[in-house]
Amino acid sequence: MSRRKTERLLSLVVCLLSARRYLTASQIRAAVPGYPESFDAFKRMFERDKDELRELGIPLETGTNSGSEEEPGYRISRQAYELPDIRLEPDEAAVLGLAARVWRRAELAGAAEGALLKLRAAGIEAEDLTQPGIEPRLQTVEASFGPLWEAVRDRRPVSFGYLAAGRSNPQQRQLEPWGVVNRRGRWYVVGHDRDRGEQRVFRLSRISGEVRFIGRPGSVSVPPGIDVRGAVRDWDNEPPPQPVCRLRIRSGAGYGLRRHAVSTAPDSEPGWDVVEVHYSEIGWFSEQIASFGSDVVVLEPVDLREAVIGRLKGALA
Amino acid sequence: MTAAAPARPGPGSGQARGPTATDRLQRLLALVQYVVSRNVVGMAETAAAFGISERELVDDLNMLWCVELRSPDPYCPIDLSYEGGEIVVSEAEAMDRPLRLGVDEACALLVALRMLADLPSIGDGSALSRTIAKLEAAAGTAGNPSAQVAIQVDDVTSQSVTAHVTDALSQGKRLHIAYYVHGRDEATERDVDPMRLLMVDGRSYLEGWCRRASAVRLFRLDRIMSIQVLDVASEVPETAEPVDVDGGLFRPSPQDVHVVLELGSAGRWVAEYYPCEQIEELEDRRLRIRLRTPDTQWVRRLALRLGEDGRVISPAELAQEVAADAAAALRQYE
Repeated sequence: MSRRKTERLLSLVVCLLSARRYLTASQIRAAVPGYPESFDAFKRMFERDKDELRELGIPLETGTNSGSEEEPGYRISRQAYELPDIRLEPDEAAVLGLAARVWRRAELAGAAEGALLKLRAAGIEAEDLTQPGIEPRLQTVEASFGPLWEAVRDRRPVSFGYLAAGRSNPQQRQLEPWGVVNRRGRWYVVGHDRDRGEQRVFRLSRISGEVRFIGRPGSVSVPPGIDVRGAVRDWDNEPPPQPVCRLRIRSGAGYGLRRHAVSTAPDSEPGWDVVEVHYSEIGWFSEQIASFGSDVVVLEPVDLREAVIGRLKGALA
Repeated sequence: MTAAAPARPGPGSGQARGPTATDRLQRLLALVQYVVSRNVVGMAETAAAFGISERELVDDLNMLWCVELRSPDPYCPIDLSYEGGEIVVSEAEAMDRPLRLGVDEACALLVALRMLADLPSIGDGSALSRTIAKLEAAAGTAGNPSAQVAIQVDDVTSQSVTAHVTDALSQGKRLHIAYYVHGRDEATERDVDPMRLLMVDGRSYLEGWCRRASAVRLFRLDRIMSIQVLDVASEVPETAEPVDVDGGLFRPSPQDVHVVLELGSAGRWVAEYYPCEQIEELEDRRLRIRLRTPDTQWVRRLALRLGEDGRVISPAELAQEVAADAAAALRQYE
């Protein structure tokens, strides 16, 4: 079944590509083998075939050869069909090969392979011959990536359930998506939140359930000059580090803190150092210090000291 | 507003299925142009380029050769031969140029190329910027949506660490590193025979044969405290298996300990951050999670960090260790 369909589609493409004129449906039916006898059945199958070719990006055009003809015909414009001439130097072909592997088994892997297939067909030897052993990857574990990429690509508004930080039930949100951003391995979508009437950022891993399209392709307009990358950075950033604290850290321990030390000096008691470190937010930083257990002790400030003691008492209970 | 319609499966989601009729059609069209642009090309090489067997290739070639248009007069638009292991296309009217890139195709490559251009380890940025420019030109408007995808690669890894790793890889040399083991809060020194430089989830890792552990290990580049390329040839044993990154960096093993934690509402982030085998919603927005790990040291540290927002339920010994750690830490404040 599938084989016959492939044969029919192949003949159809070859037929329309080599035609110099628009061919009517009847002419196509006469030339291309594999269509059913009944004209109605042929029409239905031909309509589906046209859709499938268009989905592959094959530019199927409709028109008439002269103004006097009534029935419109079809052809594939070679100019719109053909990949423009592209020639790559060996080092360029090598980075292209590497780029195609970035998606691997992630969402756009099939698309990257398809692109490589066409470029290889155009004579480009896109073998990955860059530095051996270098493997950059992009992963798309979030199920919502596929539909959101489609929505961004086709400029369609979407709605989805979103579990915001600090909430226990997902809320339905309506978004005009402007772009998707990967930051530290996590995917985000940026856009205009219709419910809030403002620009918002959503983390894909917090989207629950299905992403639904709620408008036609092309119905989202992206404001000119919008910086989606910057929007996520601003949303996700920790506030800049400010105060300094003084810590006692056991020798040979606390490397996670020592790496950001402003100053380090031996303590009066052997086996310990006094280390000064910048921190940004007391809650998060007290958790980090508590995780070092008895290897790190806060000397000052007092509020940080109290916060760490509170954490530890919580773990003891 | 149009009626809500469920989103179709994503553009790449077809890969798990066998090739559809349209997948094969794309391959058949590309195959003609692949051969035409090279004049003559070997069967084995072609099959490899398309990722198919030689038998499948023969079937493809036969299908192309059999295309027949019946009207106005019967005629075969494609003529080719594959005798003696070499393919020649002598006639392929109107099909000698490949199809334009589709939107997903153009964007997949452009997004990946721009990401590579931001990576310090790729070195020669000029090849990348030239390729990006040429691909943008060839893709035309199909490449436009790629501007709406941004990839931010990690900005904390020092360039010199990355450069040492790529040097060692390209010269086949052993590395000596001082490495911070975060889960144990330890600084360690070890020799590593590098296998790959991986970039996963926005972070860079050195994968190598660790001569201290006699095993394959992943090292996060931003936790390498110092690094030296040794004047010793790297010797990765043949038995060393690269980590299956596509299955996630976390590899379960039969020796793993099963840990059950209960998290308060302020500790729910843990379920999102660590790979859990099981997540159960409890009352008052509490969660019970189950995970497995070869080493419980980091769980002890996590439990201290969580304080009252988390509790080890099992194993019981681990819960006791956490209580002992907390008590020892509190004595420092007496």
